[in-house]
Amino acid sequence: MSPVLAKRGVHMLHTLLPAMALTLLLGAVFWRQPRAMSYFGINLLLDLAIPLMFATLAQMMILAVSDLDLSIGPFVSLVASIGATLLPTRPALAMLALAAAVAAYALAGAVIESRRLPSIVVTLGLSFVWLGCAVLLLPTPGGLAPGWLSSAMAYRTPWLPMPIWMALVAAVLGHALITRSAFGTLVRGLGGNPAAVARVGWSLVRVRAGVYALAGVFGVIAGLMLLGQTTSADPNIASRYTLVSIAAVILGGGKFVGGYVSPVGAVIGALTMTLAASFLTFLDIAPDWQVGMQGLILIVVLGLRAAIDRLERIA
Amino acid sequence: MSTLTKSLSGVTSLQRWGAGRPWLGSCVAAVLAWAATVFTGQGHGSGDLLTAALTFSAFTVLVSLGQMLVISVGPGNADLSIPSSIALSGAVAMIVMNGNNTMIVPGILAAVLVGATVGVFNFGLIRVLNIPPIIATLAGSLIVMSVAIYVGRGLKIKPPPLFSDFMAMRLLGVPLLAVVALVVTVGIAVMLERTVLGRSIEAVGQNDRAARLAGLRVEVTRFWAYVICAGLAGLTGALIAGFAGGNSLDQGQEYLLLTIAVVVIGGTAVSGGAPSVPGIWGAAMFMFLLVAMLNAAGAGPGLRTLLTGLIIIAVIVAASSPGKR
Repeated sequence: MSPVLAKRGVHMLHTLLPAMALTLLLGAVFWRQPRAMSYFGINLLLDLAIPLMFATLAQMMILAVSDLDLSIGPFVSLVASIGATLLPTRPALAMLALAAAVAAYALAGAVIESRRLPSIVVTLGLSFVWLGCAVLLLPTPGGLAPGWLSSAMAYRTPWLPMPIWMALVAAVLGHALITRSAFGTLVRGLGGNPAAVARVGWSLVRVRAGVYALAGVFGVIAGLMLLGQTTSADPNIASRYTLVSIAAVILGGGKFVGGYVSPVGAVIGALTMTLAASFLTFLDIAPDWQVGMQGLILIVVLGLRAAIDRLERIA
Repeated sequence: MSTLTKSLSGVTSLQRWGAGRPWLGSCVAAVLAWAATVFTGQGHGSGDLLTAALTFSAFTVLVSLGQMLVISVGPGNADLSIPSSIALSGAVAMIVMNGNNTMIVPGILAAVLVGATVGVFNFGLIRVLNIPPIIATLAGSLIVMSVAIYVGRGLKIKPPPLFSDFMAMRLLGVPLLAVVALVVTVGIAVMLERTVLGRSIEAVGQNDRAARLAGLRVEVTRFWAYVICAGLAGLTGALIAGFAGGNSLDQGQEYLLLTIAVVVIGGTAVSGGAPSVPGIWGAAMFMFLLVAMLNAAGAGPGLRTLLTGLIIIAVIVAASSPGKR
């Protein structure tokens, strides 16, 4: 094989790694439980991935500008809490609250840029703010999703189960936004070389605020979809999304610095993380090891990627 | 130099004095929060409040010192596995001690060893598999948590009576736990100032390439930062289990975000290379007293959390100056 072809092959392997991990997990489930290979089976397996995909896209926006968001989980919980309390009775007020939350996200982005603060600390503070607001709205778990939202999430999509349609929508949307649009180029530029973006004449404060606002919008989508599925909310309903979404972005090929992210990979990463958690139940292994399985899959995939990187350097 | 300082106005020289002491803000904030709480409580129990603050801050300080070392070895380093280490080591300590007064020391040593093993595992993931530290410690933490669930679920072993007594004991009115935390703090401070490892931690965090070219053993330094951090988490796990009358799997949960907040509010640079040991105490006390103050003012849990978040952000914004990262 010629060196060029070898290099291309190794690179291809790198890109396909997240998809291969997902296929392998799905294959293992289908092998043990052939009945899962159906419209309902897949729905059951991957339903929980739908809100997580959008939360992952939110996290990906932040990682694309070399920041880290420790508040996305509580933010999604807050959105679900707003949806379960204000949305059914006072929809206008609910919309206003959601818009204010997105504006607060944008403000955080602007402050991080203008004061040059570490995003990890500001979003850590924000996570308490979101949680506090959610507890104020919904002191005990409960509330009720508006009927239209629950029935939308229970809709039986034609041809393919809803998680697959949603994954396609999220992947295409993310890809168009980050890889194809002018704004996406700006975002990745801010992550990779902010000085260059500033020199061309862009306001970094505005771009970072825009990125955070978009993350907020993805967070709103995630929260409403989650609420539609569960029909009631709880101020801690999505707190684990913070770390799982970071893991999903990195699993999908994103990097912490330099503006390297892959929206398609991130969506696959979210599906993989969801499946990793539920997969042991399908294999009849004790649920004690469910969280450990997520960790193990992260380690295996990222270890393989590091090995491929080494190969790539040699080739 | 001294004439220059004299010629500056009072405010500027104060600012200059404060600029070299990143821990100052958090200590001032802690004192203010204490004063405000005592004021709202009309002076009742100001001593009790201080004792409670010292006891609970002792746990926070012990784990945050480790987090400080890890954050100080360079940008992107953080240990997200602290809660899992605490959960597992608490369970192991209770199993080893098995309610037996003579097994207290072996139990604590076992807990530290469990923590240190988690640290070695974390570092192995970072180094051998070349995984970013945040993800490596996250993945490690998920696996350790599974082990902790497997080992510790349904475990109902009470700590040895002597151990519980120690945890509640006071020396001249100061909780013994706080004394333990203070001893560890001084140990870490001396290590950072006086030993090759300590100086290496700062050097590696400031510029790992320069440190490597200067002949420092960069990876060995990072290895010890992770192992000490996890070992301290292990020790804390045993102490919390002794203090709370038994282990529980979620006894370390709050320390995931709390340690990061304490380290940063205490003035340690997130970009690495500049640890701030006294700030850990200031920030740990501040975080406890802040909640106590909001409690005393009659704030419910929701408002309390909301204000905590706003105050964290305000402290960070106030401590920053435009144009410095």
